[in-house]
Amino acid sequence: MPDHENHDYDVVVVGAGGAGLRAAIEARELGQRTALVCKSLLGKAHTVMAEGGAAAAMGNVWPEDNWKVHFRDTMRGGKMLNNWRMAQLHAQEAPDRIYELERWGALFDRTGDGRILQRDFGGHRYARLAHVGDRTGLELIRTLQQRAVTLGIDVFMECKILRLLKDGDGTVSAAVGYWRPTGEIVSFTAKAFVLATGSIGKSWLYTSNSWESTGDGHAMAAWAGADMIDMEFVQFHPTGMVWPLSVRGILVTEGVRGDGGVLRNTDGRRFMFDYIPDMFAAETADTEDEADRWYDDHTNNRRPPELLPRDEVARSINSEVKAGRGGPHGGVFLDIATRRSAEDIRRRLPSMYHQFKELAGVDITAQPMEVGPTCHYMMGGVRVDADTEHSTVPGLFAAGEVAGGMHGANRLGGNSLSDLLVFGRRAGMAAAEFAQGRTGSPTVDAAEASAVVAEAEAPLGREGGESPYDVHQSLQKTMQDLVGIIRTEPELRQALDALDVLEERAGKLSVSGGRAYNPGWNLATDLPSMLTVSRLVTSGALERRESRGGHTREDFPAPDGELGRVNLVQRIDADARYTLTPEPLADMPAELKQLFEEEPH
Amino acid sequence: MAEVTMQVWRGDDGGGQFAEYVMPAVEGEVVLDVIHRIQAGPAPDLACRWNCKAGKCGSCSAEINGLPKLMCMTRMDQLPEDEPVVVAPMRTFPVIRDLVTDVSFNYTMARQVPPLKPRAPEPDGTYRMMQIDIERGQEFRKCIECFMCQDVCHVIRDHEDNKATYAGPRLFIRYMELESHPLDTDDRRELLRQRMGLGLCNITKCCTEVCPEHIKITDNAIIPLKERVVDASYDPVAWLGRKILRRTKRSALEAALDAPAQREPTRLETTARTGSLAASSTPAPVPPPVADGSSERAVAGGDTGTAVSGGDTGTAVSDGGTGPGT
Repeated sequence: MPDHENHDYDVVVVGAGGAGLRAAIEARELGQRTALVCKSLLGKAHTVMAEGGAAAAMGNVWPEDNWKVHFRDTMRGGKMLNNWRMAQLHAQEAPDRIYELERWGALFDRTGDGRILQRDFGGHRYARLAHVGDRTGLELIRTLQQRAVTLGIDVFMECKILRLLKDGDGTVSAAVGYWRPTGEIVSFTAKAFVLATGSIGKSWLYTSNSWESTGDGHAMAAWAGADMIDMEFVQFHPTGMVWPLSVRGILVTEGVRGDGGVLRNTDGRRFMFDYIPDMFAAETADTEDEADRWYDDHTNNRRPPELLPRDEVARSINSEVKAGRGGPHGGVFLDIATRRSAEDIRRRLPSMYHQFKELAGVDITAQPMEVGPTCHYMMGGVRVDADTEHSTVPGLFAAGEVAGGMHGANRLGGNSLSDLLVFGRRAGMAAAEFAQGRTGSPTVDAAEASAVVAEAEAPLGREGGESPYDVHQSLQKTMQDLVGIIRTEPELRQALDALDVLEERAGKLSVSGGRAYNPGWNLATDLPSMLTVSRLVTSGALERRESRGGHTREDFPAPDGELGRVNLVQRIDADARYTLTPEPLADMPAELKQLFEEEPH
Repeated sequence: MAEVTMQVWRGDDGGGQFAEYVMPAVEGEVVLDVIHRIQAGPAPDLACRWNCKAGKCGSCSAEINGLPKLMCMTRMDQLPEDEPVVVAPMRTFPVIRDLVTDVSFNYTMARQVPPLKPRAPEPDGTYRMMQIDIERGQEFRKCIECFMCQDVCHVIRDHEDNKATYAGPRLFIRYMELESHPLDTDDRRELLRQRMGLGLCNITKCCTEVCPEHIKITDNAIIPLKERVVDASYDPVAWLGRKILRRTKRSALEAALDAPAQREPTRLETTARTGSLAASSTPAPVPPPVADGSSERAVAGGDTGTAVSGGDTGTAVSDGGTGPGT
């Protein structure tokens, strides 16, 4: 192994979105030498794209709201597969995390009496999302970024981590990667590592995710032997742009529906009334009149069906389009123009207004938006202890989208930003404590590091191999066509075969150009993560022979009682074999169970 | 099939030139889409930054036909059809490679902004702020840090030396955001006057013109800041008041002067060792000067900054597509 740059810290956080920033802030405030390592520039992580808001039961708009109602909504939205303890901590601590952002400079939209305003969103019983217009993610990341800078946290920008290495006793001790601007190898030794690497969407063709969402953290944890749970649960957000093709997949915030927007098919019918599932029938309006009254009077009316959880809405759109009632570009119509004044729309949804105006030539104050499902969020991920976010590998913590459990089979809108804050902080805290308790100096195993580097560098020296872009496109097509929103056993098996072939192709890549800021090479080094994660998703999807939340099997359209009581736990063993075991959910305490027996009204 | 001709600057801090790519035209595409197709085809190693592809992250700033724009929000069908589309990196920052520049200057200046110093909360531990009082701050917080305002600011675009003592429009809106923050108790006016070069801005409004978020940088931030600084420096009543009352509020500048290097350095600066974004131990380093080659890559209009003043700015690059760098 050639000499390379190494940096030693107490805590290293990989990923600088909301969760990574919040973890680093906590570890630093607890006195730990802390580094934050990220693939892009600071402040550009995918959190910046979150639009609608952060869910927290502050009760500023509806005093009836409290953590128990939020907890109940979250568990029901997740089809009861969530880690109940995570859902509880999340609901209890989210308000404090929001108020904390305000102390650090965030400027949330206000109520008439000067408190933080909260907005309606799918699956939340009360208006609960603290927000700033439709750019809440930007507010959140900027506030955290500015706080991290104030604290003097060391930030390693445009630095890609390839692998985690462990000490002889199995504790994670180092991370090996490279600087994107130069291509030079760099490693980090630390007493504790926090993964906060976000999502996996770049393995699908139509996604709201950026290039960074290649599942690096998911894959690195799995390669390190960590338990992965719920990998079959991928959220397809119901409303992505569908036209022009080049913007297909870009997110259209749920806030459009929260603020009164409705979904119509090509006949102009509000079709969501035709898709109200039994589980939510008691609390969903069955006439347009009642649904419309609800915006002003939550107490005496039931919620509009457009605000059902995302999995329900995405499947409904899919069915409408399949039945031939879709728009000219394969979507349905999201109409806010006939529902709210042009001024209101521009004030409450300024980003959406500009996004459609500039990218699609559509004026959303006058015309409907054509929308369809887009790969958006990964519910599954690293199995963690609810209170500490410690994975099953010592010294390895995970927070945010890379961690599994919090959202069960389906995440409610708005619960991601609050998840980042609550569990980012907890992960930082626990990592700091772990680092303080760890004795001895973590080291890099030179031979192991050399092997990682050699694998990453191979495409640079190889002649005549395939382009990483071609393999990536094949992977995206495979996952889009075979492991999308509706799944069947034959297609999932076909996907596993295709992944075998893709892995072989990925092992023989060639890239032209040098090491310095070479996106072709960067993509080649992202592909192993994408392939591993795609295999975990497909394997889980094959094994879960039921439909639940974000996972829909055409061949098993109903939920299954037995499967509703287990997580599918996947591991990659030392010989690179994938194993899958159903393991029972943790038992919920009686006082929480009670919450599900009470009537919503 | 219709085609588009792209002239993209390729090179590094040692110099470079425009390379031409002729690509099929695809309906509805933005410039970034075509760049991506070039990467997937003829030039897999073409370097550019991007993340959200929806105008929200501010990563893909470039100079398109001489004007700073986000590549993800610039539709191909809005550019002249019969001319090549010229894409060059932002000129004010040193080139790393192709369209990617070293924007660490902005992060260095951001680190020097004294953070919010909030007043005590209400008895319930939270704050009350009225919507009307935060609207100005919210305007500034729309900033996506694309750094195009910094790119077009003559103070640093044409005078590299000024970077040591000039925060630039992006940071001026940050200062104004804090100065107008209903909870803030700090005073950054002297810092702005003495160390952040507020006086160097001569209000040409180029920054406002290029802001993709339509933030009124000059009118709503820089001019009010200048007025506040003038009030603080020259108002005799305020001066007398300070003398008599021996104000207890320490200004940010006093704090900065007392403890110049208290803050731990962050890894935001370029170092010689890696040529990337590793640590430096100096508290306020000056970014390395623009290398010889990169001053040659200017695509629009010499040393007067005409690239941003509207009008016919594409002419400098329409002379055969090789650009002035060759």
